[in-house]
Amino acid sequence: MKRYSGFGLVKHAMSHHENWERQWRNPTPKKQYDVIIVGGGGHGLATAYYLAKEHGITNVAVIEKGWLGGGNTARNTTIVRSNYLWDEAAAMFEHSMKLWEGLSQDLNYNVMFSQRGVLNLGHTLQDMRDIQRRVNANRLNGVDGEVLDAKGVQDIVPILDCSKNARYPVMGASWQPRGGVARHDAVAWGFARAADAMGVDLLQNTEVTGFKIRDGRVYGVHTNRGDIEAKTVGCVAAGNSGVLAKMAGFKLPLESHPLQALVSEPLKPVLDTVVMSNHVHGYVSQSDKGDLVIGAGIDGYVGYGQRGSYTTVEHTLQAIVEMFPIFSRVRMNRQWGGVVDTCPDASPIISATPVKGMFFNCGWGTGGFKATPGSGHIFAATLAKNEAHPIAAPFSIDRFNTGALVDEHGAAGVAH
Amino acid sequence: MFHIYCPYCDEYREEEEFHPSGQAHLRRPADPANSTDDEWGGYLFFRDNERGVHHEMWLHAVGCRKFFNMTRNSATYEIYETYKMGERPSVTAENVGDLKRQSGVQAETSGWQTVGARPESESLNEEEQA
Ligand SMILES: Cc1cc2nc3c(=O)[nH]c(=O)nc-3n(C[C@H](O)[C@H](O)[C@H](O)COP(=O)(O)OP(=O)(O)OC[C@H]3O[C@@H](n4cnc5c(N)ncnc54)[C@H](O)[C@@H]3O)c2cc1C
Ligand SMILES: [Zn+2]
Repeated sequence: MKRYSGFGLVKHAMSHHENWERQWRNPTPKKQYDVIIVGGGGHGLATAYYLAKEHGITNVAVIEKGWLGGGNTARNTTIVRSNYLWDEAAAMFEHSMKLWEGLSQDLNYNVMFSQRGVLNLGHTLQDMRDIQRRVNANRLNGVDGEVLDAKGVQDIVPILDCSKNARYPVMGASWQPRGGVARHDAVAWGFARAADAMGVDLLQNTEVTGFKIRDGRVYGVHTNRGDIEAKTVGCVAAGNSGVLAKMAGFKLPLESHPLQALVSEPLKPVLDTVVMSNHVHGYVSQSDKGDLVIGAGIDGYVGYGQRGSYTTVEHTLQAIVEMFPIFSRVRMNRQWGGVVDTCPDASPIISATPVKGMFFNCGWGTGGFKATPGSGHIFAATLAKNEAHPIAAPFSIDRFNTGALVDEHGAAGVAH
Repeated sequence: MFHIYCPYCDEYREEEEFHPSGQAHLRRPADPANSTDDEWGGYLFFRDNERGVHHEMWLHAVGCRKFFNMTRNSATYEIYETYKMGERPSVTAENVGDLKRQSGVQAETSGWQTVGARPESESLNEEEQA
């Protein structure tokens, strides 16, 4: 792999950028690997990267039925933050945040991580109490955060309607300055390129159609390109995790729902931070290209179509215009959906399964992009050592039988 | 956007009037106090999450306020039928292949708009004996 640099950019400009090397190979599947990762989204690719980098396990295949990052990774609204309420979740998301902070250098790939801050608005007294509680918990866990009043919010976002006339007046917000956004495709590509360079095979257009299981232990997968064997299989398939679990003969505590987002036509810079509101149910940021990136809540029914209902779009835009009257005449350019795997306690599952050698990393629902590096890091350790990484341990599937849930509905909400 | 047939109101109404309420026909353990952690956790949290034919509960939230059931394809979003609480579905994953298209049901390929229909065969709707 040739390293990217400013010098390289100048050099390639001389040849009209026609001679860049391909970012990764397109290998033929081998018969056997040490580890198979099912799902080439950000989490799967990050897992492969850290397996190779931290654990020296490079005989790894990432099996992706479509193209790399074509699932939720390239469909999300790219918000990154770590201000979750409970110790277990804060530890995990903050672990990820620390990796984000050095990720572009680590991968030699510009993931455009921009710590422009994240505001979670409060519109009711109860919102404000919850925000205070969460920010206090964050600080005890070493996660940055502040409670702002309406004036503090207005200072940061002059175009937000903080007047008393709003239908749901803004009373304040939590503010995480280290939060922000990153470029989602670049995250997938950066991990892919770096993993490939260490020998990981990225197998695109390859769909896992079943598992090879003998005496309760997995030893490979069936795919549309033939069988591939491995004693360790990590499934990182987001909305399709339940489908894979069914192939392996067990159920997960998940439901797959459509989650939508939209972008507007590009505008001049008008919003330099991320604003989210659980109460009026919408959130928005502005990309470097200038378009407003707007997110919604899930559609409540189980749905595997990568699209949702118009009503959800309508409600979301009502919320955005309620908060930002200035956006009322902005035109929307594109709208799309992803299939998110929501967990009853709004926390992920990183866990061994009833099948030996098979692990699942799923349940990230509406908010797993921010966890991409951290999730890959602790899942790789779990696969390498065949034992849960300490940060992953509280997120085992068992918690839905023992009752030790990590209830993050408050911190997750519409806030992704 | 769904156009949903409420089996109680006997009318098609727009999706906005309804609220999806998760998998249908879940069975609460008969003796909760003595159920195992697996049984209780299974009942509370574990779902079929079927990609394909899915039986689910809906609430006619701003209509009659009654719960009813729907059989729907979670991948194509086609609605096969809606039926009253206590009734059994007439369309299942097993028989959906040879399903005689009921009047009012649009084909899977006909786009996003899908409509519900009632099962024609009353005999399939008998209460399940628990
Ligand atoms: C509209 C929207 C907005 C969001 N906004 C945010 C946000 O602002 N912040 C945030 O933190 N999170 C957000 N999320 C959530 C976030 O996108 C996901 O949690 C995260 O990207 C999941 O990454 P992943 O790698 O696990 O899944 P994915 O990127 O979905 O990757 C899973 C991959 O598995 C593949 N696959 C599935 N089945 C098979 C099979 N049988 N064989 C082979 N491959 C298979 C799929 O093709 C897919 O590429 C949002 C999601 C959506 C949909
Ligand atoms: Zn009704």
